[in-house]
Amino acid sequence: MNILIEQGRVIDPKNAVDRENTSIFIVDGKIAGLGAAPAGFVAEQTLDARGCVVCPGLIDLGARLNSIEAELAAAVAGGVTTVVVPPDADPPLDEPELADRLVHRGEEIGKARVLPLGALTLGLKGERLSELAGLRKAGCIGFSQAKVPVVDTEALLRAMEYAATFDFPVFLHPQDYWLSRNGIAHGGEMASRLGLAGIPVAAETIAIATIVQLVRDTGCRVHLTRLSSAAGVHLVEQAMNEGLPISFDVGIHHLLLTENDIGFFNPHARFCPPLRTQHDRDGLSQAVVRGLAAICSDHTPVAADDKLLPFGEAKPGATGLEVLLPLTLNWAESAGVSLSDALARITCAPAAILGLASGSLAIGAAADICIFDPEESWPLTVDAIHSRGKNSPWLGYMMNGRVKRTLVGGKVVF
Amino acid sequence: MHNPQLNSHGELTHLLSTEGLPQAILTQILDTAESFMEVSSREVKKVPLLRGKSVFNLFFENSTRTRTTFEIAAKRLSADVINLDINKSSASKGETLLDTIDNLCAMDANLFVVRHASSGAPYLIAEHLQRIGRGDIHVVNAGDGRHAHPTQGLLDMYTIRHYKKDFTQLRVAIVGDILHSRVARSDIHALTTLGVPEVRAIGPETLLPKHLDKLGVHVFHDMAAGLKDVDVVIMLRLQNERMNGALLPSAGEYFRHYGLTPQMLALAKPDAIVMHPGPMNRGVEIHSAVADGPQAVILSQVTFGIAVRMAVMSIVAGN
Repeated sequence: MNILIEQGRVIDPKNAVDRENTSIFIVDGKIAGLGAAPAGFVAEQTLDARGCVVCPGLIDLGARLNSIEAELAAAVAGGVTTVVVPPDADPPLDEPELADRLVHRGEEIGKARVLPLGALTLGLKGERLSELAGLRKAGCIGFSQAKVPVVDTEALLRAMEYAATFDFPVFLHPQDYWLSRNGIAHGGEMASRLGLAGIPVAAETIAIATIVQLVRDTGCRVHLTRLSSAAGVHLVEQAMNEGLPISFDVGIHHLLLTENDIGFFNPHARFCPPLRTQHDRDGLSQAVVRGLAAICSDHTPVAADDKLLPFGEAKPGATGLEVLLPLTLNWAESAGVSLSDALARITCAPAAILGLASGSLAIGAAADICIFDPEESWPLTVDAIHSRGKNSPWLGYMMNGRVKRTLVGGKVVF
Repeated sequence: MHNPQLNSHGELTHLLSTEGLPQAILTQILDTAESFMEVSSREVKKVPLLRGKSVFNLFFENSTRTRTTFEIAAKRLSADVINLDINKSSASKGETLLDTIDNLCAMDANLFVVRHASSGAPYLIAEHLQRIGRGDIHVVNAGDGRHAHPTQGLLDMYTIRHYKKDFTQLRVAIVGDILHSRVARSDIHALTTLGVPEVRAIGPETLLPKHLDKLGVHVFHDMAAGLKDVDVVIMLRLQNERMNGALLPSAGEYFRHYGLTPQMLALAKPDAIVMHPGPMNRGVEIHSAVADGPQAVILSQVTFGIAVRMAVMSIVAGN
């Protein structure tokens, strides 16, 4: 089908394109023209993009799909065309058949593209390796422990050696088991005030130091997920400067909130890793401004009953797919980042981490596209959220920037 | 940020924490408690302020002493008191905290006295009552996790005012396991709000929360230095499970460094008072000669506690 996206502001950060009143021409699911129609192009469907931004579909490095249909609908409603799914599902994604089923289910639903991360160890127990090559064949883009730490450092070393053998990338969430197992909030002033058990920054820096050393020894490609502290950023940056194959991302909520947002025990401000101080938030933000890290939604749908509990008993995490774009725009405005640079952090930057060619609007690329009105404000309400997870610290707030259309592979899916 | 303890007129509708309460409200509670002290000396120890009202004691964590003092206080206000030991009933059947609350709302409760092992549980209950349109039901926090034990904090303030009259000239030392202590947090906020110029925390680093200075507290690791010239010493109970392991090597070593002995107490002002929220561990945090000595006011605290709890319940349910 030939689709014409008419007269939008086309922003393609990867190719340094930012052009007003520009049309995009799609033929057979691929981008066939930018500004000028390819020879003989006749539009079968026309999407009016006047007043809107047309950019590559968002690529989210971490989103949980507890109820896959609802969550993939949420993804495209948020302009997200590719989701990386961590393996902490029930059951954990540790067998090739499970990965295979997830990939096929995603294709059947036909909304956002689903890229699973296989469990690095069986049952995420941190003991025995999963069949990594089998999982890879079934469609896993890499391997991960989700947020479950590998307590046994030897097991982690072996897993990284094995992954390096096949050059499989490993996603690791840097959080020391011993320093985080009892904690529920950042070990700072707020936790002291509210009487909440703390998780010190050292829980993150110790884990990073261990992983960096193991990367140095094994050559394993590692992506660190959801950094939470300025000190953590500093360590990772050193390792990157050393030339080690390490990348990282930051959850969007950690770019905007701090421990103070817990207020009077607001369970929607409970995150893993915990929200930390303004200094930490600034350190994370600076890293993203400088292009060191990608932004991710860390979409975690939580049932209402699992949040209506005392702070320390409530499940951590927030819904993210549908707020990733407006919150990123919000962050960009406060950090003084251009629209194009902000979009880079949720399109081509995660694509580069994943080694994907997508995340751009180059001629010949798959037409994964997000069309949004950057000026439209809308209230985030329970009813406005497509995801099953209505859990957000932003409920009742106005979101700025609204997705109008989403295309995946040249198909209009929202 | 909206303070859930106060109604739209700025009056106390729930007592959840001593933090964030204006000095005037703390003083109102202490003054009201003083007026109730006389009731306790009457032959008929009752006033009709809460007649016809139902006070539910919801103890999700065991406590005989605190529950009993709330029960006595409510009965002296002529309320009907219903004691629920939730540990043994609903919670063990899988009912959630808010399910339990919804059920009790349907039984025409007027006031919940809540103790819970999780910090913040009474806030969740107060917000829930607001959400379901039962803002007429009041919540008094009887201890939540490590967070707050505001009636204990207030009875400590009552005791200090009783013996020392003026808060604005005092040095107060809080000694021991402040990290795990909801009493310490409630004391610190009440003391600073009431204008105590110097609040000290004394203990080993493993038992002190981080950033205590941000709460307006001076930290001492050395007991002798910390006790020098103080007017009030508040000792905290050291729970058994803290004594062995990574927090402290042993009860004996703790007592040698942080136990309140007559020699240590001699460093404080000669008329210093010694307080303890109870129950005491003699020989662990406090020497018997001090616990039973002339400067200890520990049993007065218990007596004052009833008047303070009467004051709190009559004020919140009266507003």
